[in-house]
Amino acid sequence: MSSVAESAGDSHRAPDDGRREDDADTFLPGGLISALEEIQARYGYLPREQLLEIAATTGRSLVDIYGVATFYRAFSLTPRGRHLVSACLGTACHVRGGPAIAQELEHQLGIRAGQTTPDNEFTLETVNCLGACALGPVVVVDGHYFSNVRTAGVKDILEKARRGIDRVEIDTDQRIFPVEVSCARCNHSLMDPRHPIDNYPSIRVTVSFGNKHGWLAISSLYGSYNTAAEHEIPSLTIVDMFCPHCHAEMIGAGKCGECGAPMVPMIVRGGGMVQICARRGCKGHILDLGGTSIE
Amino acid sequence: MITININGLDLQVEKGTTLLEAARFLGFPIPTLCHMEGLSPYGACRLCVVEIGESPRTRLVSSCTYPVEEGLRVRTASSRVLKARRMILELLLASCPQSKIIQDLASKHEIRQQRFRQEHDDCILCGLCVRMCEEQMAAKAIGFRGRGRTRSIGTPFDIKSEVCRLCGGCIYVCPACQLRCTYSDPEKAICGGCANISPPCVKKEKFDDMMCYMDPCVACEIKQD
Repeated sequence: MSSVAESAGDSHRAPDDGRREDDADTFLPGGLISALEEIQARYGYLPREQLLEIAATTGRSLVDIYGVATFYRAFSLTPRGRHLVSACLGTACHVRGGPAIAQELEHQLGIRAGQTTPDNEFTLETVNCLGACALGPVVVVDGHYFSNVRTAGVKDILEKARRGIDRVEIDTDQRIFPVEVSCARCNHSLMDPRHPIDNYPSIRVTVSFGNKHGWLAISSLYGSYNTAAEHEIPSLTIVDMFCPHCHAEMIGAGKCGECGAPMVPMIVRGGGMVQICARRGCKGHILDLGGTSIE
Repeated sequence: MITININGLDLQVEKGTTLLEAARFLGFPIPTLCHMEGLSPYGACRLCVVEIGESPRTRLVSSCTYPVEEGLRVRTASSRVLKARRMILELLLASCPQSKIIQDLASKHEIRQQRFRQEHDDCILCGLCVRMCEEQMAAKAIGFRGRGRTRSIGTPFDIKSEVCRLCGGCIYVCPACQLRCTYSDPEKAICGGCANISPPCVKKEKFDDMMCYMDPCVACEIKQD
């Protein structure tokens, strides 16, 4: 009975109540992969210095860390390009012409599978199955799936990747719609028709980061990530957002599911809440329209 | 105590004993490559296969990792075991045809021809050196890297490890790579103590509990001259 109560108490404990120091002292097995994942997400690869640092701080031997880092395909010990191109060579993709696609990608990029272009734009790798066999041959670029790829379409895919695959076609994409939001505290509208972004009134807030303080205009189109700002916000910076009317800090209790930064809540006109990640460049957001949430 | 039956002989052993230890206690020979007293059992080379259970539902297990069970019937040299063992040896011989230890074992098991393409690797990935380094020398200088076809043993980043004290234990236990630390293939040397001809003993002064497995030690002979 007592063990049940203990484990229940554990789950309610805040993460930062000293357990971390305990872990460092006794170095419980576990947590290594998450640490490596964080480094990989930050740098795009696992720099040698960072692996040495993990070894030094956790007391784990470098051999073990290196073994894990080289075991998993998700980790790379060499710098990767800005765009990751994965060509599927699983059985289904293979019989549907996957090798020809991979070869065409190698030809177009001028590198072999597993290599990175000299300008650090593309890393090409082959994968053994992506679980999308009915769509084969499949090519994945930065998490976007291209199905039934033909060799003639390879050039187009790479061109799209160069332009930025996350850039959405605002005029044609049906999933994009405008929202109108207001401050969660004073309920004053944040819409700014004088500074339109994507031809819609922008969402205007005040941001501060470092010792800079200024305005930030965010596209009100749900699905567009375009912004404009008084001071250029460096990538991955976590900013504090303030309501320009009541000057209260807009901060919620939630943490971004993508990067762990605080989420900034706003009220959506017509009912519901939208939360956006406070980290520059992170696309984490939650839209909650009266109980139904879309991530 | 647990009673097991090995090749028709009943034997009482303590709980936690492995089948290999029990069979060797009775004097039944079981060849091994990756097993060594003082190191944790690993079950990598599979040479120690034995057949357990009652016919017709018997199965092959690696005896070095299998703990004794009450009433277990074990056969260490049934025709099925010998057939499997010969196949394993043949494959090991194909991957490391130059290893004297594997050659001798193969000849003992009457392998007279090789059906598989020779790979001329210098490693069968038995992990003896890794366990030696970690468990007996408490160094953890070498380990497994990568996986699948590209799995290999070595130091992280292929550079000389800071925790390696050039004891030579990894070479001492290796069943496959006697050539690895002689000058024939220096770039593949694990510790590099011989390859760069810097006498390892000189650097060993900073370790008080130095244990040297270098035998014959090329570096020491050079130093003496």
